Amino acid sequence: MAKHLKEQSQPYDGGPQRGVRGPDADGQRSQPDRVQQPGPAAVAARDLTVRRSGNTVLDGLDFTVGTGAITGLLGPSGSGKTTLMRAMVGVQRISGGTIEVLGRPAGSPSLRSRVGYVAQTSSVYPDITVEDNVRYFAALFPVPRSAAAEAIDAVGLSPYAKRRAADLSGGQFSRVSLACALVSQPDLLILDEPTVGLDPVLRVELWDRFARMAEAGTTLIISSHVMEEASHCQSLLLLREGRLLSALSPADLQRRGGSEDLERAFLALIRDAETREAA
Amino acid sequence: MNVHMLGATAARVLKQLRDDRRSIALILVVPALLLAVVYYLFENETVLPGAPRTFDRVGLMMLAIFPFVVMFLITSITMLRERTTGTLERLLTTPIHKADLLFGYGLAFSLMAALQAAVATAVAYFVFELNIEGSGGLVILIAVINAVLGVALGLLCSAFARTEFQAVQFMPVVVVPQILLCGLFVAREEMADWLEAISNVMPLTYAVDALQETAANADPTNEFWVDLIVVSGCVVVVLLLASLTLRRQSK
Repeated sequence: MAKHLKEQSQPYDGGPQRGVRGPDADGQRSQPDRVQQPGPAAVAARDLTVRRSGNTVLDGLDFTVGTGAITGLLGPSGSGKTTLMRAMVGVQRISGGTIEVLGRPAGSPSLRSRVGYVAQTSSVYPDITVEDNVRYFAALFPVPRSAAAEAIDAVGLSPYAKRRAADLSGGQFSRVSLACALVSQPDLLILDEPTVGLDPVLRVELWDRFARMAEAGTTLIISSHVMEEASHCQSLLLLREGRLLSALSPADLQRRGGSEDLERAFLALIRDAETREAA
Repeated sequence: MNVHMLGATAARVLKQLRDDRRSIALILVVPALLLAVVYYLFENETVLPGAPRTFDRVGLMMLAIFPFVVMFLITSITMLRERTTGTLERLLTTPIHKADLLFGYGLAFSLMAALQAAVATAVAYFVFELNIEGSGGLVILIAVINAVLGVALGLLCSAFARTEFQAVQFMPVVVVPQILLCGLFVAREEMADWLEAISNVMPLTYAVDALQETAANADPTNEFWVDLIVVSGCVVVVLLLASLTLRRQSK
């Protein structure tokens, strides 16, 4: 595990319920928690390691994600964000450690109706209509018939419901994929770079929707390599080269990185870690 | 097994196909055209009195071989797309059972196969006056079971192909040997023993044998039912093997 992070024990003031606990929370672990979590954490990883064809993609991650908030998973390309999300969904075999989702090992059959996952590549059927796509996924979950129309409306595609998915623009196409996940009304929604390729107006709309879902009790884990999107999250998991650089709130990131600009703050944290590794 | 999810999957597969009008036309029309070719190929043969025309033998077998070949190709490509676009992985994160997915595919394509067989059989009977003892309904039944066999093999083979090119290349490996050895070209008892032994373990052999039983007898014989059970058993085994290739987790 990332030993170089142990020595620093910055106070962590995000409550355990709405937020993440990772290496930075280590200093607090000895103190009794005043706020007890009501249920199991949305995601709890212990020494999570994933090796793929000889490469260590995830290296001993320890963190907890609380329920009912937006957690941003940020880091440069190739830092292991997608692999970590796939491990949470249970489609990625893990090589060591444990990862629990909503109190059960990731990938447990009972989680399949509670966890929604939108991969980076829009996995929908291009040759059928938007409506047919969403209805098909709705049919795989115990949801009412109206759920499909609601999900299509939620991503702003109602005017295009009868269009073939292949005839939509790239941004619209990726929203079909999102609608197919929303339709199952999951407790935990894992979104891999959902805002890539979207115009600014749409990006804002989607983040607003995510915020409303979190208020309604859905837990969202959203990855991005655009640091400015971190400001929409209540808590952040910062990944770098398969290791958890930090788990903290956006405000903490700004403070610790010594910059209002989240991107600069993140870079400062990376440089910090590099100097410590070199030492 | 969940009938609702199975039905939804079959409906989705059919909707995907519905969009592709050209494929539907090819599926329905091509077998009839090829039957016409076979008919005219043997148009001028001299038939001894009482002996069946070559068309009655070859045309009949083609009725069962078309759905097998076509459904094998369509299924392996569709399933490969499902694997490469990530929709399969996505489906396997949902509560759907693998069997619902596989049988959904089987159901959708056997409906298409039934349509195809109905058109081809009707053309063989009414246009080219196919002359056999048994009923046309049994011919369609065999054609549909054969189509499901093609679907099952296609589902299985798609796991071993990375690209559509590779998927198509499985046809000479999996389909052509069965056509060569099923008794279409040379009667099985006239083959070298080792070839006959190979043909004994190929499911298409039993489908063709069932057709020959239908051609020779007005009512289904015991051998006919045994043949059908063998082919159906092969379908179940191949579907089980295919379900093993659907992994919810990747390395």
